[in-house]
Amino acid sequence: MADIRKEPADATPNVTEVATVDAATEEAAVAAIDAPVSQGEPILQVRNLVKHFPLTQGILFKKQVGAVKAVDGISFDLYAGETLGIVGESGCGKSTVAKLLMTLERATAGEVFYKGQDITKLSGRALKAVRRNIQMVFQDPYTSLNPRMTVGDIIGETFEIHPEVAPKGDRRRKVQDLLDVVGLNPEYINRYPHQFSGGQRQRIGIARGLALNPEIIICDEPVSALDVSVQAQVINLMAKLQDEFNLSYLFIAHDLSIVRHISDRVGVMYLGKMAEIGTDVQIYDHPTHPYTQALLSAVPVPDPSARDNRERIILSGDVPSPANPPSGCRFRTRCWKAQDKCSTEMPLLAIPERFKGGETPASHESACHFAEEKDVVHAA
Amino acid sequence: MPEQQPWEDPSGAVAGTGAGGATDLAMEEGGSLEKTPGGEDGGPAGKPRSLWSDAWRDLRRNPVFIISGLIILFLVVISVWPSLIASQDPLSCDLGKAQEGSQPGHPFGFDGQGCDVYTRTVYGARTSVTVGVCATLGVSLLGSVLGGLAGFFGGAWDAVLSRITDVFFGIPVVLGGLVFLSVVTSSTVWPVIGFIVLLGWPQIARIARGSVITAKQNDYVQAARALGASNTRMLLRHITPNAIAPVIVVATIALGTYISLEATLSFLGVGLKPPAVSWGIDISAASQYIRNAPHMLLWPAGALAITVLAFIMLGDAVRDALDPKLR
Repeated sequence: MADIRKEPADATPNVTEVATVDAATEEAAVAAIDAPVSQGEPILQVRNLVKHFPLTQGILFKKQVGAVKAVDGISFDLYAGETLGIVGESGCGKSTVAKLLMTLERATAGEVFYKGQDITKLSGRALKAVRRNIQMVFQDPYTSLNPRMTVGDIIGETFEIHPEVAPKGDRRRKVQDLLDVVGLNPEYINRYPHQFSGGQRQRIGIARGLALNPEIIICDEPVSALDVSVQAQVINLMAKLQDEFNLSYLFIAHDLSIVRHISDRVGVMYLGKMAEIGTDVQIYDHPTHPYTQALLSAVPVPDPSARDNRERIILSGDVPSPANPPSGCRFRTRCWKAQDKCSTEMPLLAIPERFKGGETPASHESACHFAEEKDVVHAA
Repeated sequence: MPEQQPWEDPSGAVAGTGAGGATDLAMEEGGSLEKTPGGEDGGPAGKPRSLWSDAWRDLRRNPVFIISGLIILFLVVISVWPSLIASQDPLSCDLGKAQEGSQPGHPFGFDGQGCDVYTRTVYGARTSVTVGVCATLGVSLLGSVLGGLAGFFGGAWDAVLSRITDVFFGIPVVLGGLVFLSVVTSSTVWPVIGFIVLLGWPQIARIARGSVITAKQNDYVQAARALGASNTRMLLRHITPNAIAPVIVVATIALGTYISLEATLSFLGVGLKPPAVSWGIDISAASQYIRNAPHMLLWPAGALAITVLAFIMLGDAVRDALDPKLR
């Protein structure tokens, strides 16, 4: 898989536009969505995705006075069978990306191609088919399960919404199979969520995500609400399920160590933009974007002697407001390398000129005018 | 860095319960799970259970529900067939016996007009129970549907509805009753019920709107949407069961208020007209003589209190049964 990942993501994929929703095109869309994708092919292609939340004033006659630019033009590919980690600090737009990919929010601009279909423009049957194939695991297992439904109802509801997946008499047994797959006792089917611990609830959430046999699971901080030892169990379970069901994960988190553990590739987000993207080795051992370097230098190191030798990059100032982001490079207000060029020219996410064609691991996409390699993790 | 994480090592004690050790998990994480032996908790072959079937199973064994249910059943029966337990005519009165106390054949004594208080209390149940139950049902249905939809869909519909409720909150009940009911000539209970529904729904609508807004922000609603659930399914399966509790509580308390509101309106002469028999009318009439003849007030007021209490207890029991955490 490593070879294809080096391709820049800015090439527009060859796609069929679905603008109208007449029966024939919808039929074709559903067929395309249900078609299999071979391992290593791009399954989800995000192109210049934008989400602005309007800021309004006035009670009766609302007028827009601005917009929170939660996601401001990001592009990446997700390949079949891989895990793409997305990291970034709070408020950088990670969760908004997840909601956009789930079409829980409508994108302001940009496209998300799933097997060639732009899911931001789908509706009706085609959208339902996409939802069958892209599922989500939520951050907080305490609010993501309806407290007034039994586990059997929570997981079984997926079959009520998509009756073609499991025949009626078969559903209960399927739910019990799913509970077994995620490591819960199938006899717990009649229990309510409050009778489970946090880790067990997250397993129920995963079982719900798996029920429709999806190809992609979007995990929005799936373990950040859990205890550390339980985090490990849930992460290991997710890794096992990925092999078993050939899933692609988009794994959103702010814990860099967990992301490295589970991801094949990692994207770093800052203020609604992708700062850097590459394989885990490229990002963690050969970061070229100053923000990635600063972020990695903050990862806790358990070995005290290694910690003393490490260089800490302390950023000054706060994250600017996404309602009024800086001109040019988003990171320039806190960057120690910032020059005049950074405020006038927005750096594009591409392989930096100086690393182009080179076989070094630093040759990966990075949105910085002055990208240079700096190993902050192993610095001695 | 990563190799130093305790959970990175698959042979480590912590990670041992991970992917492969799923079965250990039930023991390790399941400490809080109470094991209920026997069929009560349902084995793997147990039949499917849902919130409503569990709630009904719970209610059937709840003494509060049984007692309040029996009281309400009794009230309904005597509302339909008052002659079952009262053999006299509520309208045959003897002024000579006005305000007299308990006598053989007249256990509750006589009222200010010399009518038998026992018979009037029994016959009054029909009006009062009809007003209370119908007004509460009407207010709850109208209020929770309008308020719930406003909360769920938001936007312009919500803004318009919220302003309308503000307008209704500004109407004084008694003044509104005088204006509205004085133009109605019918002497049945229906204009009164209609008036109560008209003025009462904004209260429930506000509560329903608020609790629907709270419920719809939960991740499980987003999860249902991500699965492709329709609005109807989200409203019926996810939002209603989680938002209904405050509506039930307020509605059952309001039921008593509506019965007394009918009395107030009747007292002012715009509710039910005198040949009609209702607890409200009797309570209003008797309240002037509370010092010399308290029994006249005691019996209809007591019947009203028991009725309201029964409905509040019923509402409480239903609300608790719909919350699995309280089981």
